[in-house]
Amino acid sequence: MYRYDEFDARFVRERVAQFRDQVARRLDGSLTEDEFKPLRLKNGVYLQLHAYMLRIAIPYGTLSARQLRQLALIGEKYDRGYGHFTTRTNMQFNWPRLRDVPEILDLLADVEMHCIQTSGNCIRNVTADHFAGVAADEVEDPRPTAELIRQWSSLHPEFDYLPRKFKIAVTGSPQDRAVTKAHDIGLRILRNAKGEIGYEVMVGGGLGRTPMIAKTIRAFLPKAELLAYLEAVLRVYNLEGRRDNKYKARVKILVHEIGAEKFTQLVEDEYARLDGPSIVADPQEVARIAAYFAPPAYEKLPLRSTGFDAAKTQNRAFATWASVNLFPHKLTGYAAATISLKNIGEAPGDVTSAQMRVLADLAEKYSFDELRITHAQNVVLPHVKQDDLFAVWQALVAADLASANAGLITDIIACPGLDYCSLATARSIPIAQALAQRFADQERQIEIGELNIKISGCINACAHHHVGHIGILGLEKSGKESYQITLGGDATLNAAIGERLGPGLDAEDVPDTIERIVEVYLQHRKAGEPFIDAVRRLGLEPFKAVVQETLHAPA
Amino acid sequence: MTAAKRPPLPVILLANDLLDGEVVFWTGRVWSDRPQEALIARDEAGAALLEAAAAEALAQNKVVDAYLVDVALDGEGRAVPRHYREKIKTEGPSVRRDLGKQAGQSNLVPTGH
Amino acid sequence: MPLLDRNGAKKDVWIISDDGSADADHILVSVAHLKQALSGNGRGRRIGVAIANTVKLAELEPHLSEIDLVSIAFPSHGDGRGFSIAKQLRHAGFKGTLRASGPLIADQFAFALACGFDEIEVSSAHAARQPIEQWLKAASSISQTYQRGFGAHNILDARRAARATGK
Ligand code: SF4
Repeated sequence: MYRYDEFDARFVRERVAQFRDQVARRLDGSLTEDEFKPLRLKNGVYLQLHAYMLRIAIPYGTLSARQLRQLALIGEKYDRGYGHFTTRTNMQFNWPRLRDVPEILDLLADVEMHCIQTSGNCIRNVTADHFAGVAADEVEDPRPTAELIRQWSSLHPEFDYLPRKFKIAVTGSPQDRAVTKAHDIGLRILRNAKGEIGYEVMVGGGLGRTPMIAKTIRAFLPKAELLAYLEAVLRVYNLEGRRDNKYKARVKILVHEIGAEKFTQLVEDEYARLDGPSIVADPQEVARIAAYFAPPAYEKLPLRSTGFDAAKTQNRAFATWASVNLFPHKLTGYAAATISLKNIGEAPGDVTSAQMRVLADLAEKYSFDELRITHAQNVVLPHVKQDDLFAVWQALVAADLASANAGLITDIIACPGLDYCSLATARSIPIAQALAQRFADQERQIEIGELNIKISGCINACAHHHVGHIGILGLEKSGKESYQITLGGDATLNAAIGERLGPGLDAEDVPDTIERIVEVYLQHRKAGEPFIDAVRRLGLEPFKAVVQETLHAPA
Repeated sequence: MTAAKRPPLPVILLANDLLDGEVVFWTGRVWSDRPQEALIARDEAGAALLEAAAAEALAQNKVVDAYLVDVALDGEGRAVPRHYREKIKTEGPSVRRDLGKQAGQSNLVPTGH
Repeated sequence: MPLLDRNGAKKDVWIISDDGSADADHILVSVAHLKQALSGNGRGRRIGVAIANTVKLAELEPHLSEIDLVSIAFPSHGDGRGFSIAKQLRHAGFKGTLRASGPLIADQFAFALACGFDEIEVSSAHAARQPIEQWLKAASSISQTYQRGFGAHNILDARRAARATGK
């Protein structure tokens, strides 16, 4: 993991002092709410429905035990004993007081954390593949790149007042687990014919009101040129992006309106004008950062662990969990374990302070002091010896963290929705809860197989409902909550935007409708055919009929 | 806010406390974190007074996001917002009945006023 | 309107004269009248140009060596286009004074300086709410940031220097 040096440490401390001063100037009237709002947002402070909300950056989803324990403490001391992991792998606290935020920031700085740019019209927290350093198909670990961008984008003098928020994601694998094509900039690390490392640069993806898949503007950018090229892209966006309409201000609209070709031309012109070498990080700096992500001191282990095999035969529940929640590690004898925060009937992504401490202990004891947060709002222990998996699982069971549903239908992604969020048009958590309850049966979940449901409480699409196999969007219709269902979205390399199945449904009708959709799939699927493939083959018609049935069913 | 843009009567005035974030209601005298203490305006003149109170509190940097909410009166004459959003805002998360005003919690630090 | 630079309040010597007709030593003209003002500038007046933040670099580039000041309008504190224009002008070799004009806030002072601005002009009401001391304090609240090419003191170069001296 990256560790702060003296420069990073001072930078973050100074930002805390700056925020403290900004709060004081808001209170004495030097700053109006209009002026203060972007300042607090850029430090992760929202005003939500019931209270302020604080969003803490977890850069590229990587956490140490010490950091997670600090979050647990903050949750207890300044919040109400729990936190929420978001789809951008950050942590949100729902109940802090503005007056306490500077103190919280100090506690975060103590463990090399901050809230810088977790909101606002600036470059947001950079995300990466949650199996970075673990996946066998990786060309290069994306985290050093993400860390370089994190530093470069922090308080960037030129790009702190962009037309709109700007999100960057990095993946190091051909199998995109970071949803890069739904980002303002997606970077895919690859090798060219000469074997050199570089990036495919994709721009203009995004969800929200106008979902778009990013277009490639550079098929291969040499690794060393990254920061200069990003500066060119951001400058073009800062100058040309629309500022007349907040819903048209994302870079995806600019790329769409002027065309990817013209946009590419503008970027390349600007890039040609720049003095690249004066902007980019020198190779020693890149190497300095990369060194922090060197593989941990793995043991040389046999291919199979007899202890692991025996535990599976002896304990069915463990065997189920292991078959669903493990991801293959590039090293023999290890596994990456997904810890689901999707217990049936609970709010997706919520975790109590007590649970955070359990997770921290497990990371320290069994996973080289490392945890990952996923965009599916789960936690990963990235490097667990297979020999240790049973012990890990037992500890998870005791902490109510052993749901065996990673990637299954009850592993629902949901934003906070109207239960917390002031922008929401409808609630999303109760829908997630009702669906999880409907599909609670473990065997049935496994029979249905990989299927992701994503629920957003408004058109901002924080839960990425457009790219859910089944997407649910909560809206308001004649003074009531109404839910629109989309089908066929895909967040992987074959990124696709789901299509609407019909008019909005009442909350009570959502579980029946989803169940019928799943039944249509089960009836028509070929052997081993996943849900999303079946939807592609069958088209929307058989599923649309289901929504019509619901709408016309006698009350 | 002009009268034309006002929500239908009766209305109450709510806001968030600037320092603590808690949802607060104008009682006619102070800002209270208890919805049952909200002053209910039943006519245009009353609503105009609420608007004046909102403007003043905003100017004094006491509260943010102040606005009028249309309410219905329950059996005991207490104001209940008509819209589901404002109802959740005055109660707390519907998925966590153990949190927020509905559970008797408040973030308001009394010395802040 | 009040003017300040990194040292504090500053006297404004520039006279706004859209079409360049004013009789003064330092005149600030519009883009439309820039060429005319420059060509008719026989008596060594100093010419500045006031631009909107939608002006393209190409419009100014041919004249940069003859202009003494460019004043870039910020229509609101949330509109950051001026920062990029300043950066482009500096990169294109503009050596004169760069002024930001509009309702910027103290917290943007450091960004403005880093992007190449020298001074900021704000409204009187604005300055009354945010006194000069706040601007100066805000300008130095973050001692070093990470970007190369935005002022002398950046962390990347500092790290490089530290490596070189073997610290
Ligand atoms: S999608 Fe809408 S409701 Fe959900 S968190 Fe985002 S802004 Fe709030």
